[in-house]
Amino acid sequence: MSAEDSTNYRRASRKSVQFTDEKLVVDADGSVTMVTTPNDDSKETAMSHTPRTPPLSAALGAFTDGSSAPATEPAAADGAPAAEVNPSADPDGLDLSLMKKKKKKVKKEEGDGDAAPAGDDGAIDLTMKKKKKKKVLKEDDEFSKKLEALNLEGGESAEAAAEEAPQEGDMDKGTGIWSHDETRTINYDLLLNRFFTLLAQKNPDHASAGQRSYKIPPPQCLREGNKKTIFANLPEICKRMKRAEEHVTAYLFAELGTSGSVDGSRRLVIKGRFQQKQIENVLRTYIIEYVTCKTCRSPNTELSKGENRLYFITCNSCGSRRSVQPIKTGFSAQVGKRKKMQA
Amino acid sequence: MSGPIEIQNLKSRDPFAEADEDSGQTTQTQEYIHIRIQQRNGRKTLTTVQGIPSKFDHKKILKVIKKEFACNGTIISDTESKGMGEVIQLQGDHRAKIREFLINPETGLGLDEKTIKVHGF
Repeated sequence: MSAEDSTNYRRASRKSVQFTDEKLVVDADGSVTMVTTPNDDSKETAMSHTPRTPPLSAALGAFTDGSSAPATEPAAADGAPAAEVNPSADPDGLDLSLMKKKKKKVKKEEGDGDAAPAGDDGAIDLTMKKKKKKKVLKEDDEFSKKLEALNLEGGESAEAAAEEAPQEGDMDKGTGIWSHDETRTINYDLLLNRFFTLLAQKNPDHASAGQRSYKIPPPQCLREGNKKTIFANLPEICKRMKRAEEHVTAYLFAELGTSGSVDGSRRLVIKGRFQQKQIENVLRTYIIEYVTCKTCRSPNTELSKGENRLYFITCNSCGSRRSVQPIKTGFSAQVGKRKKMQA
Repeated sequence: MSGPIEIQNLKSRDPFAEADEDSGQTTQTQEYIHIRIQQRNGRKTLTTVQGIPSKFDHKKILKVIKKEFACNGTIISDTESKGMGEVIQLQGDHRAKIREFLINPETGLGLDEKTIKVHGF
């Protein structure tokens, strides 16, 4: 338990199937979140950003529109008029970006950079247009940029002020190697790095395929009398997890080593004193065990009874199927008065 | 060329025998050790440890644990625990400590970490 919680999940080990790497985080509001990406701080959960963020194709389209808009005007002899087109195209690309300010700056710089050679060189124009049509991934954007840099180096050697400095710079601010008038070729690793960074910023959904955070409403715990705890929003949580209430209840009772009942308004009454945090912990283990897909970590799974009394989890996003252990209560010591138990 | 390879093959163990041995081992390791917690009255709790391999002397383990954790405890025999084997029951919440004890190869039992399941909140 503690090992799971303490291990911080890094994107580098994204491909590993080891589930224990995943980090579960309880937000300030108490919601249980499975955070696996350390780099997108701006987004809170998958749920919160999904409605806001358009799909990747649209976002990329907007992005490429922003940078290629000036490029599609080859008639413009110099870069200045072309660059003016940019601001109008900018908002499209921006309302979906989560780091607005910084991205804007980069975008503009890129636009300027694209615009200047667009007037000079026809060959680049073609690549730009092609890119717009296909709405290719941003990597191509980088590629064309690289190509453009190469062309510039070949055509106008005056501009190619060869500096043999190490390739570094802040890609958000567009400094160092990323500055728009930089003509050095950027090596593949850096480009790839940048691609994933941008993707993570703009479309965390796609950057973190299967490692998005999973949010469930925090369990509401009330105390009934002195010895009982009421778990008020169990139906809500079960609905969210797409699991039968009975299953979750059975797991809770087995883990907490108690018993309980469901009251009139479908709230769960648990014997014993439990705090919200403790219930959260148990729910977390439940999610790890019975909700998330071990292959792709997606919580979009279904629990079904297989042919021979075995329970199977079928993942809706990757299609994998695995069996899960049935809930076992195990040994439970007899607590309380012996006379009562006999009676 | 093919000669030495064949000899190497012959040297290797019978795959089926190995599989049997393996599966025997896995069934042994699949037997989890469950560490549970139970609430008693007030803020008192019980820790139960179920499934410690029978190759260990439970009585001796309990004796050591009781001294080390400064708590009382009992062994609940098969008849009482209804087919769950001998269960060590300790007074108080000793889940983390007992886990450490079971894993530790020097001062404890040196069991595999993966076979231990800690339940409860």
